[in-house]
Amino acid sequence: MKILVAVKRVIDYNVQIRVKEDGSGVVTDNVKMSTNPPDDNAIEEAVKIKEAGKATEIIAVTVGEEKAQETVRKALAVGADKGIHVKVDGTIEPLAVSKILKKIVEKENPDLVFMGKQAIDDDCNQTGQMLAAHLNWPQATFASKIEVNDKSLQVTREVDEGLETIEVNTPAIVTCDLRLNEPRYASLPNIMKAKKKPIEQINASDLGVDTNPRIEHIKIEEPPKRKAGIKVASVEELVQKLKNEAKVI
Amino acid sequence: MSVLLVAEHNNKEVKPFTLNAITAASQIDQDLHVLLIGSKADDVAKSLSEVPLVKKVLHIDHEIYENYIAENYTAAILKHADKYSHIICSANTFGKNLMPRVAALLDISQVSDIIKVISPDTFLRPIYAGNAFATVKSNDERKCVTIRPTSFEAAETAGGSAEIEKIDAADKTENTKFINREEIKSDRPELGTARIVISGGRGLQSGENFKLITDVADKLNAAIGASRAAVDAGYITNEHQVGQTGKVVVPDLYIAVGISGAIQHLAGMKESKVIVAINKDGEAPIFSVADYGLEADLFEALPQFLEELNKLNTIQK
Repeated sequence: MKILVAVKRVIDYNVQIRVKEDGSGVVTDNVKMSTNPPDDNAIEEAVKIKEAGKATEIIAVTVGEEKAQETVRKALAVGADKGIHVKVDGTIEPLAVSKILKKIVEKENPDLVFMGKQAIDDDCNQTGQMLAAHLNWPQATFASKIEVNDKSLQVTREVDEGLETIEVNTPAIVTCDLRLNEPRYASLPNIMKAKKKPIEQINASDLGVDTNPRIEHIKIEEPPKRKAGIKVASVEELVQKLKNEAKVI
Repeated sequence: MSVLLVAEHNNKEVKPFTLNAITAASQIDQDLHVLLIGSKADDVAKSLSEVPLVKKVLHIDHEIYENYIAENYTAAILKHADKYSHIICSANTFGKNLMPRVAALLDISQVSDIIKVISPDTFLRPIYAGNAFATVKSNDERKCVTIRPTSFEAAETAGGSAEIEKIDAADKTENTKFINREEIKSDRPELGTARIVISGGRGLQSGENFKLITDVADKLNAAIGASRAAVDAGYITNEHQVGQTGKVVVPDLYIAVGISGAIQHLAGMKESKVIVAINKDGEAPIFSVADYGLEADLFEALPQFLEELNKLNTIQK
């Protein structure tokens, strides 16, 4: 069984986002970038399935500018066998990414595609479902547990009401939640070894996919700031303020 | 052209966030039709028809829709969507799972999780965990939009009398099977719609200690939330998680206890009207969004808080 894992390079989750003064976007210069956190869970799960002897090959793919390769390199360091970098400059929407990934799936013929449930930059939560639609494959989103069977997966999904379990026939798309597993760190020897693993570069334009944005970003601005609060000295004072000042209890 | 809103329900009742999405949809276009895909859900159809903002209810009734499966819903939506300018649903796990599948097949670039309708093609949506707001204009001829429910008031539910039209089911997928859903039944208010939310974080140190939270929640008739750290540590189940990858809540009062206030948590609660933070670390980032901060050991503060609440003559419910 072959697993394709899609990863995205985003501003690191610990970075305090700053909005550019001209309203054109957020500051990315000299800002720490890393792999989108739930994409790390997706890679980890693929590696665990391979370690359990249920998968033979893991391919990590990313779509983005030159430096997006770093996320593929990191996936190779934790256990992916080969990488694919689809190069594209500028903003690319989930719809276009899903069309590019469809081309990669048709080329590589994986049995499973894993990715994070949502990217923490645009917070769209679309790509996996869109790819499933293009391929007419079943989708198991927001997965917190995956059981691999012969020709199907049993997936536990985190939903608003609690947990839901579904069974999907393979080939299938799974989007991963943060609680699926604990992503491992790459060891230094594995980081060195990953440098020798192949990364195939493909230009998005060669795939015949229209990557022009359909959504115009008219303005990016800072959210309204909350007015500064106060510190209270005691529980009594807190309850009194909530009762008589804020009038919420 | 009219707009089509896809209802979330359990074949007995409309889920509350659908009512918030109805409000948003009606701001896009008043000719609002609601699509109900279900099995023996006549009661739901009736209650949707009574929502004054709804002009028409399209009801697909078939046993294949007893459980919600995105693949089956998508086929049903596509069968009936062509005369609508917008397809809309709530941006909770229901709509997040569903809408991109629909959008991809219509070749539409979806606008996710909007918090404001500026015009029928222009919307405001949070990005980067709510640390920036983007004004976006969709240039697709038709749009797929998901609504952040807590950013819109719930629609009135009585007084309307929309027509209910029965329409055909679509084909069913053979590749996805519903197995089960573990719903934790509770008498407490729902987290997404509660007037008061009290949340616990890593500072609680154990699942047992969450009792300190539930005692206060009982007193205030509050819903219980949690930080990701508390859920990851197994103190409490996932449906309580508030934050960027959990639920977004906007209660009148949010009480964060033993939660440091990572960006990802703030994304889920910082629009609350009044925020209280109880934390022993005076430097914790949660204090930067708190209207009332109490620097204290939660194991002393929570029992005292309950005691003080017990002294009050009346508590709003």
